[in-house]
Amino acid sequence: MLNPTGVAVLGAVFNLNHPAHVVHWHFIDLTVSNVIVIGVMLLVFALAIALPFPGAARRRGGAA
Amino acid sequence: MSPLRRLLRNRDDTQPWKGGYAPYDLVKEACIAVGVIALLAIVLSVLFSSPDEKPSTIGQWSRQLPVDFATTAISELDGKSGTAEYGPPYNHESGSVQHFLFLHPQRWLGVSHPINTAEDYVIGPLKTVPDDPALQRALAEYQAAPESTRRAWDAAYATPLEEYAAAEEEGKPLPKTVSVDQATGTVSVQTSEAGPVPTMMASELSLAKSGGLDGDLLTSNQFFQTDYTEPLLFMADGGLLEKRAEQQHLLGEQWGMMNETGSYPGQVWLWLYTFWYQIEPFKSSASGDLDVMLVMGLLSALFVCIPLLPGVRDLPRRLPVYKLIWKEHYRSV
Amino acid sequence: MSAPTTEKSWTVRVREAGVAALPPEKLLPDSQPTYVASWIYVFGVASLASLAVIVGSGMILALKGPAWWHYTGVGHFFNSIHMWSVELFFFVMVVHLWGKYWMAAWRGGRTRVWVTGAITFLVAVPCALTGYVSQQNFDAQWISTQAKDAMNSVGIGSFFNLTNFGQMYSYHVLLLPVAVIALVITHVLLVRRHGVVPPFELEKRALAAAPPPPDVDGSPSPASPMAGVRS
Repeated sequence: MLNPTGVAVLGAVFNLNHPAHVVHWHFIDLTVSNVIVIGVMLLVFALAIALPFPGAARRRGGAA
Repeated sequence: MSPLRRLLRNRDDTQPWKGGYAPYDLVKEACIAVGVIALLAIVLSVLFSSPDEKPSTIGQWSRQLPVDFATTAISELDGKSGTAEYGPPYNHESGSVQHFLFLHPQRWLGVSHPINTAEDYVIGPLKTVPDDPALQRALAEYQAAPESTRRAWDAAYATPLEEYAAAEEEGKPLPKTVSVDQATGTVSVQTSEAGPVPTMMASELSLAKSGGLDGDLLTSNQFFQTDYTEPLLFMADGGLLEKRAEQQHLLGEQWGMMNETGSYPGQVWLWLYTFWYQIEPFKSSASGDLDVMLVMGLLSALFVCIPLLPGVRDLPRRLPVYKLIWKEHYRSV
Repeated sequence: MSAPTTEKSWTVRVREAGVAALPPEKLLPDSQPTYVASWIYVFGVASLASLAVIVGSGMILALKGPAWWHYTGVGHFFNSIHMWSVELFFFVMVVHLWGKYWMAAWRGGRTRVWVTGAITFLVAVPCALTGYVSQQNFDAQWISTQAKDAMNSVGIGSFFNLTNFGQMYSYHVLLLPVAVIALVITHVLLVRRHGVVPPFELEKRALAAAPPPPDVDGSPSPASPMAGVRS
């Protein structure tokens, strides 16, 4: 399967081979995909330090 | 204790852990991690694949943008292209030589990959064209002429092309001194003072359109070659790569260093490298690359040395993100 | 069974130094301190896992040569895995870095752990760059012709030529991955040697912040001893 630019997009469910949408803010220009990556990184970090880690009972047994 | 000594003093009072331990299966965790990451990578590959924009060739460039090609070719012959005037490591010019105060690393490392644009990009390839006595006569006439005559011929051919390029960029009416035959893709420059140069440039364009120049520039020294410097610099002197890059948001002023072709995520980790290029004084500096590399070199060294930096090493203790990380431990104490 | 010697051989010296630094139960412990209880701790092993997937997919690409992925579906698929695992690698490695910074994980003699980790990140960046310029497509053409100016400006363009595909491919497939892997192994062995950094002491901070209680006769008492401190 080829897209209009002639690039083979084999088996991709979503075709990302089109010009990127860009987020403009003052002098900052970031593509939407990069903004998503940065946003997900911050979210994952926040969840990682906030969410409880399984095995608390086992660790309480170890601390005794 | 003086305030300075208080600031510099390392307040690391961390003691070895004498508390409890709990079973933790590191090998199982590692196996699960490899499985999860591999699965994630496979799922992302199935959902989105990866980009593969086909490379440009000199043949394509000469066919799609013949005037731009001709303008670049004459600038290579005339020694006025970006590569011709670049400086080390390609030649001894100074058009793109950068320095910071007393630091001239570009000059210090010298000309290690010499490129003579007139010879390597124009005269050398044209000499290999067989069965064209008119071309060989034009080449002989050009090479026999004194330097000043050659420069005058080059300028007579280049000036109309430069005016055409400027008018095109500014959206003004195009001068009639340059015309393109849409059927054959040949470029005609109206000038009577260019000597043998029009014959040479017509053959250069023809050689490029046939694909011969791609091969010539790659295998000029030896049959097996993996160094694409010459054809790449030639194309970069022209407008095709930049035109494609602008469409793909890859230009410097588009924060392109962070971007991938299409809508794929790019190199997000380069955000700080590209940030400096967007602000003064780096933005308009003639030595912007060196300035940015020096700043990033310094910041990288400081990053590595964070444990030794007063203030920076103390921030985690002052801003208690750690209370979230170790909340279970603090509850149990 | 070692032969009787009066002078230790180099082999024995290396073995004894290795075992002294990292006895098996320290190299591969089956328990961790009870404070290792946060999802942030999985991002280190996730970084290792991403690196493993990068190397594995890279090996498949190397088996078939640099042009393969351009003209076969299977090749393109493995290129996709390689690309996405690189994105995942930098993603989890930076989250790991954020976690380790906010834990001040260099404490307790762990400066070298931080240093090796930081240098790993800094070496991974050019390793990725050499990959991008080895793609043999338009992206590689653009990146190499643009980034060459930065390399030339610092004087290394002559021996790190981004437009020389053969050189960049060699750096990407062998030299820089070896450097990254060696740094990662050093980093992990140092973590095993020193253990995971303990939490900040809360009670000492509280004691240090609070004024000391007065004595019975009303005069101020000496500073409190290190009561309640976990050693």
